[in-house]
Amino acid sequence: MGHGILRDAFIFLATAVIAVPLFQRLGLGSVLGYLIGGLAIGPWGFGLITSVEESMHFSEFGVVLFLFLVGLELEPKRLWALRLPIFGMGSAQVLGCTAVFTLVGLAFGVDARVALVAALGFALSSTAIALQVMKEKEWLPTQSGNAAFSILLFQDIAVIPMLALLPTLAPASAAATSGGSPWLSALKVVGVLVGVVVAGRLLLRPLLRMVAAAHLREVFTALALFLVVAMAGLMQSIEISMGLGAFMAGVLLADSEYRHALETDIEPFKGLLLGLFFMSVGMSIDVGAVKNSPLVVIGIVVGVTVLKIAVHTSIARIFKLPEQQRPFFSLVIGQVGEFAFVLFATAAALGVLPTEAAAPLVAASAISMLLSPIAVTIFSRVIEPRLSRKDAPPADLIENEKPAVIIAGFGRFGQIVGRLLYANGITATVLDHEPDQIELLRRFGFKVYFGDATRVDLLHAAGAADAKVLVVAIDDVDASLRLIDQARHEFPHLALYARARNLQHTYELMDRSIAGHERETFESSLRLGSRVLEGLGWPSHTAWRAANRFREHNLEMVRDLHQIRNDQAALVAKARQVREDLTSMFEKEKEMRDKASGGWD
Amino acid sequence: MSKQLYFLFVHPDRRRSHTNRTIFEHVRTLENVTAVDLYESYPGFHIDVALEQRRLREHDVVMIQHPIYWYSMPPLLKLWMDEVLELGFAYGPGGTALAGKALQLSVTTGGGPEAYTAEGMHAHPLETFLLPWAQTAQLCKMSWLPPLVLHSARRASELEVQAHAEHVRAHAVSLINPAFVREGT
Ligand SMILES: Cc1cc2nc3c(=O)[nH]c(=O)nc-3n(C[C@H](O)[C@H](O)[C@H](O)COP(=O)(O)O)c2cc1C
Repeated sequence: MGHGILRDAFIFLATAVIAVPLFQRLGLGSVLGYLIGGLAIGPWGFGLITSVEESMHFSEFGVVLFLFLVGLELEPKRLWALRLPIFGMGSAQVLGCTAVFTLVGLAFGVDARVALVAALGFALSSTAIALQVMKEKEWLPTQSGNAAFSILLFQDIAVIPMLALLPTLAPASAAATSGGSPWLSALKVVGVLVGVVVAGRLLLRPLLRMVAAAHLREVFTALALFLVVAMAGLMQSIEISMGLGAFMAGVLLADSEYRHALETDIEPFKGLLLGLFFMSVGMSIDVGAVKNSPLVVIGIVVGVTVLKIAVHTSIARIFKLPEQQRPFFSLVIGQVGEFAFVLFATAAALGVLPTEAAAPLVAASAISMLLSPIAVTIFSRVIEPRLSRKDAPPADLIENEKPAVIIAGFGRFGQIVGRLLYANGITATVLDHEPDQIELLRRFGFKVYFGDATRVDLLHAAGAADAKVLVVAIDDVDASLRLIDQARHEFPHLALYARARNLQHTYELMDRSIAGHERETFESSLRLGSRVLEGLGWPSHTAWRAANRFREHNLEMVRDLHQIRNDQAALVAKARQVREDLTSMFEKEKEMRDKASGGWD
Repeated sequence: MSKQLYFLFVHPDRRRSHTNRTIFEHVRTLENVTAVDLYESYPGFHIDVALEQRRLREHDVVMIQHPIYWYSMPPLLKLWMDEVLELGFAYGPGGTALAGKALQLSVTTGGGPEAYTAEGMHAHPLETFLLPWAQTAQLCKMSWLPPLVLHSARRASELEVQAHAEHVRAHAVSLINPAFVREGT
């Protein structure tokens, strides 16, 4: 059995590694790569994998993680701002599509119940595909991207009543479903939801802080996954979609300092599982059903797609989406989604849907998912360039805020930098791995995120791609240099400023010729030195000037020593010479000042 | 009623000053005088504008003691003017904080009196070089008192410096208690 898992894992991974880069190369997008890859290894391709249903089940968790991540990017505030599109456009889309499909089904003489179930399933779009495509094309931040996202969210909610509706459609004999009054279960749902929100607010953050304080990365990752699994499981127990539960968990954590850390930890799992999910969809395309009644399946695919796009276009018009964005909006949620599989399968099990009717419906759904990325690609290659782009994408709701400055390490040093900037209206995004510190600073209104700043993915999440400046103020010399090298490599546009711990570190920083560095104790020592001179009776301004002079001289010395740093003998000689220089310099200065003040009398 | 006098001592290096510092030492101990060493207060040239403005408001006479450097004043004093004598405070609409107060300059020069003549090294009378000060007083509606001057400051003997310092001190007293001596205006 273990052997079987290894073998399957090998096949899946190999497929991903081969198909995805290939399709990316061809400009067809990763989703299509997975889908076609899945089709190829599935029972209707080379037949390498036969346990389609199992992998589908397992990989559904990828969609769950995906929704968790989406939730993480949506603070409750922003979600609230989306309430109109979610319920307005969402219900318009679901009801509109269902009505149209049912009527068309009836017109073709389909049994009323079958027509309704099929219509419900076809109304739903694929969150996984649509979101992935919009992310890849950077469409989410636009108004229409928001609208599409809102509709997808509403569909996730709508699945609940749809599944609840199925048993009532079932023939009397099969309707012996898990009893219980609908009121009781509604009460249960409300109770759990309220409990989750309250507990999430009160407990999640302390829990995360506690685990973060242990400084064990993998445990933090485990906690992150645990949270999602627990939420998904809890939601499933009250018959709400797992994705919606994960989404809620994400929203609850969206404004916490651990958001970036959670994001970077979950991202790879999501990516892989989502890939697996797409492959499962590819595998599940029932070529047999298509072969048996090709015209029916093709007819359904074409009909559903055309009608869906038509409904979406009218919604876009009614809700006054920007004209340029309407075609993409209509298209990107124009496919049938993964929930259709669930719906059709449940309906078939309940006897609402005869098996011979279910097969072409499922096949059509899968094909529509397969065609969707292709359609988007064709659209954005061929059609979109012809549409004039008068209006730029307007205000973003889902987009990350873009900080100009990122400060890595918010200890005694970074704090002062951050506070100076903050006092001047520049709010830096701060990365630190000391949770106690973070909690404190948040109270002062800083945007502080927990995580290991030397991780490139965390920098990505913190918005390094859009920032102008990275301040490296961490106290570990090796980590500091590592971070600088990585940032250099990944984000060459960033201006790098660093805290230098000691001379050796300073030299290393000079080798890298970054935008600026400061020795952490240098300036304050100079200040104290000049205070000592004052204490000895020097006028403050004179002491201040002396310190400035010394500073300049010292910086020059460091520059010189940096050049000959690897030559020990030269170094010693230089050090001696420098000491002599310093004395003579101060003498010379005295002379100069005497000269400058003379000759007036 | 005694008047309040704000005495601003401006010299970049107290230790190298002979005359200005002696004068400062003489005046600082007087009653009703707030004596401030400007370079000592703001060694890094970061002037506390609010504090300076409050001090100006709280005093009736502003007396400024400085050596003449390059026909002008030491740089920190210029910065003090730039930053403290703000629009709306010292001049312009609503800028009446200094109106009615007196401005008394006390300066020392390296050159002797002969240098400040048409034939001398500096070719103009000293008043010409002090014109910016005089006009500043005018703009701020202050009364401009004839400056006190010590020429040939670096050549002056200890005794001469002491005598001049006494003179400045006595003048300050007369400004604080105008009933005693009538002079200037
Ligand atoms: C930078 C500098 C510029 C000077 N410019 C002048 C000047 O323009 N005219 C002048 O008569 N003396 C000038 N002097 C001489 C000073 O006025 C003189 O040294 C000072 O008044 C002596 O006062 P103290 O003993 O308090 O330093 C200058 C001196 C220095 C140091």
